[in-house]
Amino acid sequence: MADIARPKPRKGFRISRGLLPYLLSLPALLACIGILVPFFTAVAYSLQRYRLSQPWARRWNWGENYLNFLSDSSFWNTLKVSLTYAFLTVGVELLLGLGIALLLQKRSRFNNFVSIMLLMPLMTAPALASLMWKLMTNPGFGILSYFASLIGLEDFRWASSPQTAMLTVVLVDVWVYTPFIMILLLAGLRSLPQQPFEAAALDGVPRLFVFWRITLPMLTPFLLTATLFRVIESIQQFDIIYAMTQGGPGDRLTVFQVEAYLNFFQSTNVGRSAALLMILWAITYFLSNVFIKNWLKLREKQRGDI
Amino acid sequence: MYDKEKKLVDAYLRGTVSRRSMIKGLGAMGMTAATASVLVNASATRALAQNGFDWKKHSGQTVKLLLNKHPYADALIANLDNFKELTGMEVEYDVFPEDVYFDKVTAALSSGSSEYDAFMTGAYMTWTYGPAGWIDDLNEYIMDPAKTNPDYNWEDVLEGVRKSCAWNGRPGGALGSEDAKQWCIPLAYEQNNLTYNKNVFERAGLSVPTNIDELVETAAAAKAAMNGGYGIGVRGSRSWATIHPGFLSGYANFGQKDLNVSDDGLLSAAMNTDVSKDYHAKWVKMIQDSGAPDWSTHTWYQVGTDVGAGKSAMMFDADILGYFMNGGTAEAGNLAFAPFAANPDAAAPTPNIWIWAMSMSSFSKNKDATWYFMQWVTGPEHDLFGAREMDLVNPARSSVWADEMFRDKLAASYPGYVEMHDVSAPGASIKFTAQPLFFDLTTEWAATLQKMVAREVPVDEGLDQLAASVDAQLKDAGLG
Repeated sequence: MADIARPKPRKGFRISRGLLPYLLSLPALLACIGILVPFFTAVAYSLQRYRLSQPWARRWNWGENYLNFLSDSSFWNTLKVSLTYAFLTVGVELLLGLGIALLLQKRSRFNNFVSIMLLMPLMTAPALASLMWKLMTNPGFGILSYFASLIGLEDFRWASSPQTAMLTVVLVDVWVYTPFIMILLLAGLRSLPQQPFEAAALDGVPRLFVFWRITLPMLTPFLLTATLFRVIESIQQFDIIYAMTQGGPGDRLTVFQVEAYLNFFQSTNVGRSAALLMILWAITYFLSNVFIKNWLKLREKQRGDI
Repeated sequence: MYDKEKKLVDAYLRGTVSRRSMIKGLGAMGMTAATASVLVNASATRALAQNGFDWKKHSGQTVKLLLNKHPYADALIANLDNFKELTGMEVEYDVFPEDVYFDKVTAALSSGSSEYDAFMTGAYMTWTYGPAGWIDDLNEYIMDPAKTNPDYNWEDVLEGVRKSCAWNGRPGGALGSEDAKQWCIPLAYEQNNLTYNKNVFERAGLSVPTNIDELVETAAAAKAAMNGGYGIGVRGSRSWATIHPGFLSGYANFGQKDLNVSDDGLLSAAMNTDVSKDYHAKWVKMIQDSGAPDWSTHTWYQVGTDVGAGKSAMMFDADILGYFMNGGTAEAGNLAFAPFAANPDAAAPTPNIWIWAMSMSSFSKNKDATWYFMQWVTGPEHDLFGAREMDLVNPARSSVWADEMFRDKLAASYPGYVEMHDVSAPGASIKFTAQPLFFDLTTEWAATLQKMVAREVPVDEGLDQLAASVDAQLKDAGLG
């Protein structure tokens, strides 16, 4: 009996206790190296005068690429366009996503079916969505151009006019990404505790008051999460804008990624392209920090309240 | 091949039997037209093998190509078996669509990859690839009789096209100068002229325009007569590719340049002269009055498909785009071609050209074998095969343009094409100044044109702003 109860010592390869933590963290370390090496390479490029077509002129210019941005009107235009695009797309998507989520909040077969159907645009590659919209807005045969003409908007030029180019790409972005916000907020709405709503119903509190004072505050962490994801993605927008207009007409849609892409692949201006992407990284890092700090504060507050 | 078939094909190659008779004869022997084409070039390959050159020197070796999806690449692939038979070499290739093709080339070359030995390129791109040290100067191969077969006949390549692929690497240096390096070898090239819809012109009683003022008027008249279509197709996307076809061809016809080159080699903007402003104003008005409503998103693809679909009455773009739109489209057979000189005082057209060419990667580990492939694919036999049997228009060799069978083929299905080519070919060359900022400056030029068409900036003010920006960029890059 004693022989059976005592476990036999295991044979084979044994890892010392001292080495184990390092081995366990090795995959994460390798992943970090895979991310950090390209990142620091890009940092180094951004500090150089580096144009592939002028290899003889390559040299370290330290912060000159960044300093040049201060007096470069095209950089400020890029910043303005990128922020405008991010603000408009995320704003509209939040409003629409929240509205749809509220409509579908009640669990029913129909609502579940509709919420799944509404996810379809999210499964379309943004570049393909842009091509679809490009066809739909074609002035010759596009269905949207036809509808526009029915409401008196003859010769509405969509992405090819400087006045409506931003509106058009925002529409495509909204079509693709509103379902993302909708599904996130729907999950949030359905997970909220029911007691406050039941108490409000018993007291006969108006629905608008319930929305502003109960639903919205409780939903804020979900709203912040959705906003964080979408802001980060939309400020880095490339495929929709490039597929629709390549950044035009003029420089109406030259967002960071499009400008950096053209700088690298077309102008082979590696230094400027890398510096642009570093600025974009800094903006993204700053915004992420703001959102995450607020999200953590909110979580702490909610825990305290409970 | 049986003797009878061989004799028939050889007779065709000598020119004593017409193509139709040869195909008919081979058909009677149970062969299809496609098989006949392969047989024809197999016969030409046999002749090539007998020129005393050691074609088998690199037998057993493999070269890998990076190709753009294009009829020129199709012609190359269709004839590959003959190259393999001639040399005993293997050829592998990757084909990418044009939208991503040059990104792939840039990524492959900038990383120093030796995966591809040779690749298709445009001449403009070599202004980046050459100075970057990514491609080899091909003069050292062309001029070496030990490496180049005696029938290669380099001088047979059209002078303007040949020289457009050679640059000494000095910003502003003349293309094809004595000290120029041959960065690529042309496969075929495109001139920019008019392709118009005969039916629309006949119905509206229009005649073919012969200068920029007539072009503006004819485009407006055609639009009025078209019932929903538009008058003229030209490119408009925010890309360097908007500037190089019709726009620059007309611009150069007025003797205008993109950049000035001073005696000490410094560059400065040249696009804000009075003549240039006048030309720009007419071009902008033409697009505003008679261009596509979504002009600012139009690439070559929309320009071509619209004229092929009958949505536009004409286009001022690559002649080969018109060639391809005259078959398999709604307006197939209705398109006609005309040379176009924008300047009423000019003696002849001066089309800017786009060249599809082959370059050799400096990172290739198999350069001599690669050169064997390159001299074959740019040689007279393949050029003739591509022109006669495939869609290798416009061939880069004068001997192919002199070939009666090729000319007859064009004349039969593409009215005015041969005449258009012959009139404009003497003035055809690259009209840009070769320099490392080519893509930056031309893309900005296109963006400025978009602003002018959208009435965001007046033409003269826009050109002055463009010139100031170009000068600043040139100075910053140490070129101005």
